[in-house]
Amino acid sequence: MSANGDRPIGFGSLRRKEDPRFIRGQGRFVDDVYIPGMLHGAVLRSPVAHGRIVSIDPSAALQHPKVHTVITGWDLEARGLAWMRTISDDSQAVLATDKVRFQGQEVAFVIADDRYSARDALELIDVEYELLPVVVDPRGALDSDAPLIRDDKPGQTNNRIFDWESGDRAATDRVFEDADVVVEQDLVFPRSHPAPMETCGAVAQFDDVSGKLTVWCTTQAPHAHRTVYALLTGLPEHKIRVISPDVGGGFGNKVPVYPGYLCAIIGAIDTGRPVKWAEDRSENLMSTAFARDYAMRGAIAATSAGRILAVRVDVIADHGAFNATAQPTNYPAGFFHVFTGSYDIKAAHCHVTGVYTNKAPGGVAYACSFRIAEAVYLVERLVDCLAYELAVDAAELRLANLISPDQFPYECKTGWVYDSGDYERTLRKALEIADYGALRREQADKRARGELMGIGVGFFTEAVGAGPRKQMDILGLGMNDGAALRVYPTGKAQLSISVQTQGQGHETTFAQIVAEELGIPPEDIDVVHGDTDVTPYGLGTYGSRSTPVSGAATALVARKVRERARIVAAAMLEASPDDLEWEKGRWMVKGDPEKGATIQEIAMAARGSVELPAGVETGLDAETVYDPPNLTFPYGAYICVVEIDPGTAKVRITRFVAVDDCGTRINPMIIEGQVHGGLTDGVGIALMEQIAFDADGNCLGGSLMDYLIPTALEVPDWETGFTVTPSPHHPIGAKGIGESATVGSPPTIVNAVCDALRPFGVRHVDMPCTPSRVWHAMRGST
Amino acid sequence: MLVTTSVNNREYTRDVEPRILLVHFLRDELGLTGTHWGCDTSNCGTCVVLMDGEPVKSCTMLAATAEGHEILTVEGLEVDGELDPVQQGFTEMHGLQCGFCTPGMMLTARALLDRNPNPTDAEIREAISGQICRCTGYATIVRSIRWAADRADRAAS
Repeated sequence: MSANGDRPIGFGSLRRKEDPRFIRGQGRFVDDVYIPGMLHGAVLRSPVAHGRIVSIDPSAALQHPKVHTVITGWDLEARGLAWMRTISDDSQAVLATDKVRFQGQEVAFVIADDRYSARDALELIDVEYELLPVVVDPRGALDSDAPLIRDDKPGQTNNRIFDWESGDRAATDRVFEDADVVVEQDLVFPRSHPAPMETCGAVAQFDDVSGKLTVWCTTQAPHAHRTVYALLTGLPEHKIRVISPDVGGGFGNKVPVYPGYLCAIIGAIDTGRPVKWAEDRSENLMSTAFARDYAMRGAIAATSAGRILAVRVDVIADHGAFNATAQPTNYPAGFFHVFTGSYDIKAAHCHVTGVYTNKAPGGVAYACSFRIAEAVYLVERLVDCLAYELAVDAAELRLANLISPDQFPYECKTGWVYDSGDYERTLRKALEIADYGALRREQADKRARGELMGIGVGFFTEAVGAGPRKQMDILGLGMNDGAALRVYPTGKAQLSISVQTQGQGHETTFAQIVAEELGIPPEDIDVVHGDTDVTPYGLGTYGSRSTPVSGAATALVARKVRERARIVAAAMLEASPDDLEWEKGRWMVKGDPEKGATIQEIAMAARGSVELPAGVETGLDAETVYDPPNLTFPYGAYICVVEIDPGTAKVRITRFVAVDDCGTRINPMIIEGQVHGGLTDGVGIALMEQIAFDADGNCLGGSLMDYLIPTALEVPDWETGFTVTPSPHHPIGAKGIGESATVGSPPTIVNAVCDALRPFGVRHVDMPCTPSRVWHAMRGST
Repeated sequence: MLVTTSVNNREYTRDVEPRILLVHFLRDELGLTGTHWGCDTSNCGTCVVLMDGEPVKSCTMLAATAEGHEILTVEGLEVDGELDPVQQGFTEMHGLQCGFCTPGMMLTARALLDRNPNPTDAEIREAISGQICRCTGYATIVRSIRWAADRADRAAS
């Protein structure tokens, strides 16, 4: 096959190297780790959302013949382990000592012979709670008489976590005062949950002779977890090995450090036996990192001719009982301030207030690119609300306001510098694939017959690949990633990387980057990841950062190898390195293509006796760390068509067109898969998924019976297209793609729903657009 | 209690608690970890195995009730080194990403194709609608199963 065919040496739709083990049931997920003598842990969780712990009596559980130990918060407190630092530099209870602050909070940890016995023993622990008033409504959290949730924190007198703003308030207000048209809209991006098919879990093993702790855990960031475990437990970092084996989906859910991981570690040290902890689905939905939960008061200003001038927004961000949102330190609202979107506007301002409530901690997860999902939802809904008020076409309004190609690099009004884009081309391509004019005619016909058809248009710009070390860190760790490449004498290679796959296909695409740079076939390159003992340091895979950061490191480390190979080849060919030129896989003498050496021949010679210039080391191995100069800014144009049953108000998506631009495309097959998955996330978020609470703080989305995730029947056959606008600063011109569709699709779907409801005078419906909500919207009620 | 069941054409007898679920019997007792566990409520289908050729959710079935039945797990799909066309289809058409739902999806696909060798896309979607994939958006799973159906078609003609 030719390059870029079925078996490309470099970029192209190569079949995945991961697949052979998964299709045989030979994947190795955390719960597949079995170690002789292994015990099983289970977490006792709070049944109430806010309560003072009066007593904990584990004595009956300890009598259970298969129970080895029960650990409570009071046991941990005596060892200084009851609280842990979160990745947002807040504190979070490992096991509760004073109060429980959300339903599902960790209270005790039982270790028993098997998983069933551990569960049995949970029933035998007697905990008495004194109920406290509950804070559920995030706006009510700031009332002066609201119950204080975090009375454990010295100096904390209310439920406010932070106030943060970006942009120029005064300049924005001036533009709004002078504008012809101002449209205001309240928007709620509800609490959702990534709910990866594999729940979270860990197996911890402690060798008390060597003092080495090995933790297999469901983590998207094994190196960062190792550092956190070292800081929390006091164990030396070189004596901790974190292995993130196959991971059954992450979507941000597996970025934080959870109490269960620490309990497994402490349990393994205490019992001297390996301990496994695997949470169940309800535990996953009720206690681990949720996503979104932004209540936004947005406004857009424009001229009467449809020129967008400014956007402003006030946000109440519900962070739950502990601020455990995974954000770079300087960005408490993540990258939300990229909310000016894809439009060239004069002014912008946002103000975000983070609050504590009696809900599970978290706040960034579910493929949102550090809250860009919220930002894109805001601006894309506001643009559609403006189109509604101006009675203009939503696509035309966007085309008239998009940043034009000659404005790149483009600095937006909140300071982001977009690297590259040709937005109009991409939107026009989406309109063409959808046959937008025909769709609007079909809609007019259907409306005349009383049928409800809606066409939603959406455009998004992402900012992914965190990030430049001088601006971005998590817990003081700069957001850089590494790659190490070894080329063996026979020309086979091993690439080890600090990011790791949860389904994105790194073992394939990262091999393709090396193949593209060195001409070594991808099947000759083994990609090692997810094991801190054998991979270089880095911050892991989330926020669509693998390709922008570690992918860049991989290209650069391969280029280092290529340059080393040039020196070796020069020695082999008795030529000057300057007289050699590279064609994929081979150095050869300029003007004498017969005289050359393949990378495989060079690899053998580099370990052999060929005489190398002084200072040149044996072999071709190299290692590098990449500090990105900027983020990458992928973008896309989406069009969604819905039909709403006028009798039941059920929304059905009949078509979805997604045109994405992620710069250079490494593996188009995998890119399409990433887009499809993200679009499906968007359908869930827009129409189905919500983690809701009742007035007592009971979680109403604690199982997959209640938290509805799209199946094959709720999603259409996706129609995808692409444009290619390389990133000018990325070594191969690639941008991240993992989260684009999750970010871009929710507003596009809601735009379609609202468009369908236009005959009813409906401008906005909050997500999820369930039949009940749409039904009420059609009747002007809530 | 003693439970005897046939798994992937091999008979196993194990002394287990009567309450042990089939998914844990397969994983913890037999070491067949290709069958996964994803929810408590029969919604996600990562635990699907075939019992006498029909898909069942092994997380809501006692191992004891599998006594005397034929269970097929993902580990039994490949026969004598030859992959089932469904397995090949998932690789060819990128029907998997993280791989966690894949065993259950493939077994449901196998049961579908045994019953209906040339299903429509709508029938494929219906067949896998009791299972959740969080990664692929389903279109490539439909294509994977279609690939397997087409291949069987070609082999038969």
